[in-house]
Amino acid sequence: MELILIPLFFAAVQFFVKGRTASWLALASTLVSLGWTICMISGYAMDGSTVNLVDVEWLKFAGIRFTLAYDGIALMMVLLTNLALPIILLASWDRNYGKSPLYLGLALLMQAALVGVFLAQDGILFYVFWELALIPIYFISAIWGGENKNRITLKFFIYTFFGSIFMLVGLLLWKSYGSSTNGFAWMSLVQSQIPSDIAFWAFLGFALAFAIKLPLFPFHTWQPDTYTVAPAGGTMLLSGIMLKMGLFGFIKWALPLVPHVGENMMHFLSVLAVIGIVYGSIIAIKQNDMKRLVAFSSMAHVGLIAAGIFTQSLEGLQGAIIQMLNHGITAIGLFFVIDVIERRMETRELTLLSGIAKVSPVFAVMTLILVMGSVAVPLTNGFVGEFILLKSVFDSNATLGVIAGLTIIFCAVYLLRMVQFSLFGPSNAQNEKFTPLTWAEGIGLGTLCFFVLWIGINPDPFFGLTERSVSNLLSLFNAIKVMP
Amino acid sequence: MEKNLILIPLLPLIGFLINGIFGKKLPKNVVGALGTLVVFGSFILSLLAFLEVRESGQALSHTAFTWMQIAGLKFDIAFLADQLSTQMMLIITGIGSLIHLYSIGYMHKDEGFYKFFAYLNLFIFSMLLLVMGSNYLLLFFGWEGVGLCSYLLIGFWYQNLEYGKAARKAFVMNRIGDLGLMLGLFMLLQHAGSLEYKEVMASLSTLSTEKAACIGLLLFVGATGKSAQIPLYTWLPDAMAGPTPVSALIHAATMVTAGIYLIVRSSALYSMVPEVLEIIGYVGLATALFAGLIAIRQNDIKKVLAYSTVSQLGFMFVALGVGAYSTAMFHLTTHAFFKALMFLGSGSVIHAMGGEQDIRKMGGLAKKLKITHLTFLVGTLAIIGFPLTSGFFSKDEILAKVYEHSPIMWGLLLLASAITAFYMLRMFFLTFHGSFRGTHDQEHHLHESPISMTLPLMVLAVLSLAGGFLNVPEFISEGSEHLHTWLNSVVTYVSGRHHLDHSTEWMLMGVASALALIILVSTYVVYVSKKSTAAEDDQLTGIQKWMNNKFYIDELYQSVVQKPIEAISNLGYNIIDRGIIDGSVNFIGKSVEVAGNALRRIQNGNVEYYLLYMVLGIFFLLVFKFVL
Repeated sequence: MELILIPLFFAAVQFFVKGRTASWLALASTLVSLGWTICMISGYAMDGSTVNLVDVEWLKFAGIRFTLAYDGIALMMVLLTNLALPIILLASWDRNYGKSPLYLGLALLMQAALVGVFLAQDGILFYVFWELALIPIYFISAIWGGENKNRITLKFFIYTFFGSIFMLVGLLLWKSYGSSTNGFAWMSLVQSQIPSDIAFWAFLGFALAFAIKLPLFPFHTWQPDTYTVAPAGGTMLLSGIMLKMGLFGFIKWALPLVPHVGENMMHFLSVLAVIGIVYGSIIAIKQNDMKRLVAFSSMAHVGLIAAGIFTQSLEGLQGAIIQMLNHGITAIGLFFVIDVIERRMETRELTLLSGIAKVSPVFAVMTLILVMGSVAVPLTNGFVGEFILLKSVFDSNATLGVIAGLTIIFCAVYLLRMVQFSLFGPSNAQNEKFTPLTWAEGIGLGTLCFFVLWIGINPDPFFGLTERSVSNLLSLFNAIKVMP
Repeated sequence: MEKNLILIPLLPLIGFLINGIFGKKLPKNVVGALGTLVVFGSFILSLLAFLEVRESGQALSHTAFTWMQIAGLKFDIAFLADQLSTQMMLIITGIGSLIHLYSIGYMHKDEGFYKFFAYLNLFIFSMLLLVMGSNYLLLFFGWEGVGLCSYLLIGFWYQNLEYGKAARKAFVMNRIGDLGLMLGLFMLLQHAGSLEYKEVMASLSTLSTEKAACIGLLLFVGATGKSAQIPLYTWLPDAMAGPTPVSALIHAATMVTAGIYLIVRSSALYSMVPEVLEIIGYVGLATALFAGLIAIRQNDIKKVLAYSTVSQLGFMFVALGVGAYSTAMFHLTTHAFFKALMFLGSGSVIHAMGGEQDIRKMGGLAKKLKITHLTFLVGTLAIIGFPLTSGFFSKDEILAKVYEHSPIMWGLLLLASAITAFYMLRMFFLTFHGSFRGTHDQEHHLHESPISMTLPLMVLAVLSLAGGFLNVPEFISEGSEHLHTWLNSVVTYVSGRHHLDHSTEWMLMGVASALALIILVSTYVVYVSKKSTAAEDDQLTGIQKWMNNKFYIDELYQSVVQKPIEAISNLGYNIIDRGIIDGSVNFIGKSVEVAGNALRRIQNGNVEYYLLYMVLGIFFLLVFKFVL
C-alpha cells in the first residue's frame, strides 16, 4: 500500500514546491520507495506464496474489489519500477524539465500507477491502474517532447487507449460468461470455466492491448516515433518500465485463457514475436538517429522476451522476467547515454558525431558496458536472459529458435555501428563541447553499469526470487479445466 | 593446488582491474611490470597444476559458485585442470607472459599504454576461462569474452575508421559462429540436462547418431568462426589492424586455436560420427590450400602471416578430420611457438621500419636486425618443416595420419605445405635479404629492438627449434610420443584405426623433407641470387591478380550479404514500416483523430489543475479508505 501512497503523496507535494527543492523531494521519495521495496524483497520467503496487502470491497454492486497482493513476480516488477525511477530522475536532473514540479509529479504519479498494475489482483482495478499509467506519460511527452510532439503523442495515446478498451471488453466477457464466483478477482477468473468461443474473444481483447503496449509486430509503428519525440525521461519511462506492463499482462492475465483458446493461438503469437525480432533488428541497422536506432533494437529485444513468454515454460517465463529487469536497465542506460550526448552535442545523428571516447574515456567505458549488456556478452545481464530465452524458444520450436537466434548477430551489428560512429573515429573540434559528466549522470550511469555486471556475474538470487512463483503460476494454469 | 585453481584466471583479472582503473595515473613501467607479472604468476601456477596432474594422473577440479539454477538445470562456475586444459594453460600463460614482456618495449610510446595492458590481461583472463571451465557454459563465457577482447584490441587505435571496421567485422563474424555454438549447446542441454563435460560425455551413449551429427556440425560452425576457417575466415586478415603483439597472442597463438580445443574437448562426441569429422577435414583442407594461395601474392608482412595462420589452422582441422586429435594439439603447440615468434619478429621489423609493413620496401634487413633475422629464420624453417625443427615433427605427423586416411587428401595437403614453404620463404628473403628498397630516412632509422623485445624472440626461437621433441614419432624413437601419451586419458579416438608400417612413414617423411628443401633452394635462387622482387599490383594478371585480391571473397560477401541486408533495412523502414503498416494505422487513426479534436475543444482548461485534482482525489480516497 505504501508503495502506491508514497509516490502519490510526493506527487501531490510537488504542487507546493519549486525548482531544486522539488527535484530533491522527488528523488528522496523514489529512494524511500526503493528502500521499501528492498525491505519487502528481503522479507519475502521466496516460496512462491502470495502476500496480501489490502483486500476490501470497492464497488460492491459490480463485484469489484480493491485488492493488492504480491508474489515473487510482482516483487521483481516493482523492483524494476522503483529502481528505474530514481535513475530516471537523475537522468532528467540537468534538463530544464527536471526542475519542473509538474514533470516530477507526473513521473511519481506514473510510478504509483505502474506499481498498482503489478500488484492489482482485481481485473477492474488492474484496468484502472493500466489506464492511469497512460495519462502522465501522455502529458510528459506532449509538454516536453520534440518536433511534431502533438501529432505523435496523440497518435500514441489513441493507439494504446484503443487497445486498452478491448482489454476492458475482454475482462467483461470473462466475468459475464465465465463462472467466476468472486467478481473480477484474478484467482476466481483464472479458475472459472468459460465457453471457448467467448474465451477466444476475451483473449484477443487482452492480447491486442498487450501487443500494442509491447509493441508486438505489426502494432509497433507508434513506438519509434514516440520514443524519438518524447523527452529522455519519458522515453525511459516508456521503454524501461511501461512496456513491461504488456509483458507482465501477458503472463498474468492472458496466459490463463490459453487453455480455453488452444495452442495454435500461441504459435501464431510466437511467430509474430520472432518476426518482430528480425524485423526490428534489420531496420535498426541503417538508422542514423540514435534514439530511433535504440527504439527498433528495443522492439527486437522485447520480441524475444514475448517469444519466451509464449512458450509457457518455466524457463521461458523465468528468462522473460529476468530479461524484463535487464531490458529495463540497458534500455534506460542507452537512452541515458544518448541524452548525455544530445545535451552536449545538440544532435543525435550518427553522421554528425565522432570520437567522443577521446574527450571522455569514462563516459565511453560506461557506454561500452551498457552496450555489451545489450549485445548480451556473457557476464553481463543481457546474456543471462537471452541465453535462457533462446533456449526456451529453441526447445519449443527449433526453427523459431534459430531465427530468433539471429538477434545475437544483428544486435552486434547495429549497436557496434552506433558505438563506432559516436564514440570512436577521429575526434573533432566540436567535441570540445563535450563537458565532463555531472554527478547526477555519473551516479545514474554508474548504478546501471553496476547492475549490468552484478546480474551478469551472479544472477542466481534474481532467479530465486521468482522461480517458485512462476512454477506455482504454471501449475495453476495447467490445472485449468476446459469446458467440453 | 586444487583449491587455488581459481587464482590462475583471477590474477590477470586483477591486473585488468588495477591497470584499467588506476593505470592512467601509474607510471608506464609499473603498468607494464604489473601486467606482465600477473600473467607470469598464472604461468607459475599453471606449471604447478601441470606437475600435479602429471604426478597423480588425476584432473584437478574446483567449483567456485553456482552461477544460476533454473527449472532443474544447474550451471556452475567450475574449473578443471586436466591434461588437455593444462597444456592450453601453459601455452596461454607462457607465450602470454613473453608477449606481455615484448609489449613493454613495443608499446612504450603509445598513450594508450595502460589500456593496452588492461585489455591484454582481460584477454588472458577470458582465454583461461575458455580452457579451464569444467563445462561448456564457461567455455562459452571465455569464447565470447575473447571475442570481445579481440574486438577491443583490433580497434585499439580507435580514431582510425578502417581499424574500427575491421574490429566490428571480427566481432560480427565471430558472432555468426557463436550462434552455431550456442544452438549446439542448447541441443546438448536438451539431451544431457547439463553442460558439465563429465555429464555430457556420460550421456553420449544414449545420443542418437543424427543428433550427434547435428550437434557436431553446430559446434564446428562455432569453430569456423573463432578459428577462421572457410567460410568465416575473412575477419582474421583484417584483424591485423591491431597492434602486432595482439596479432601474435590472439590472432596466432591462442584465441584462434579455441576451435581446435573445442573439438578435441568434444572428441567423444565427434568419434561417434566419422562423417562429421570427414566434413571438418575437407573444410580444413580447402582452407589450408585457399589461404595459402592468397598468401603467395600478399605483400604486407602481417597479411602474409595472417593468411599463413588461417592456412595452418586448416592443417590442424585436417588432423582433427582424420581423427588425430593429439596430432592437432601437437601442431597447435608448435604453431603457437613459431607463429608467435614470427609475428613478434615482424613487429620488430615494423618497429625498425617506422611503421612500414610492405615487404616490397624492405630487403637486406639481416645486416641491421641480427637477432630478429636469426630468430625469424628459425621460425621460417619451423613452418616450412625443415628437418628436426618443431614444425617438421608436427606437420609430418599430420601428413602421416592423413595418408593413413586417404592418399588423395595427403597429396593435396602436401601441396598446401609446399605452398606454405614458398610464400614463407618468399617473404623471408624479400624482407631480410637482397638490398634495401625503402627510403633513405628509413634506412638511416633501421635499428635492432630493445632487449625486452628480443628476449621473447630468443625464447620462442629455442621453443620453435626444440618443440618437436615433445612428440617424436614412434618409428624414430620408441616411447617418445610424450604428448600423445599425455592426452590419451582425455581424448576418445575413432575406433578401429590401422597403422602405417615404419617404411611407409620413413618414405612420407622423406618426401615432405625433400620438398621443403627443394623449395628452400629454389626460392633462394629466385629471390636472393637473381634478386627478383615482388611485382607491383597493377602488373599482375590472371590468377595472380585474383590471388592478390584475395579471390574477391570480401567483395562477394559484401554484395551477397551486407548490401542486401542494408537494402532491406532501408526498404523495410521507408516502405513497409512508414508506408504500409503505419499508413494503415494512420488511416484508422484519422477518423478517431477527428472525433478527438472535437472532444478536445470542449475541455480546454489548465492541464495542471486537472492533474492536481486527479492526484489529490485518488490520494485522499485511498487514505480515507485504508489508513484512517
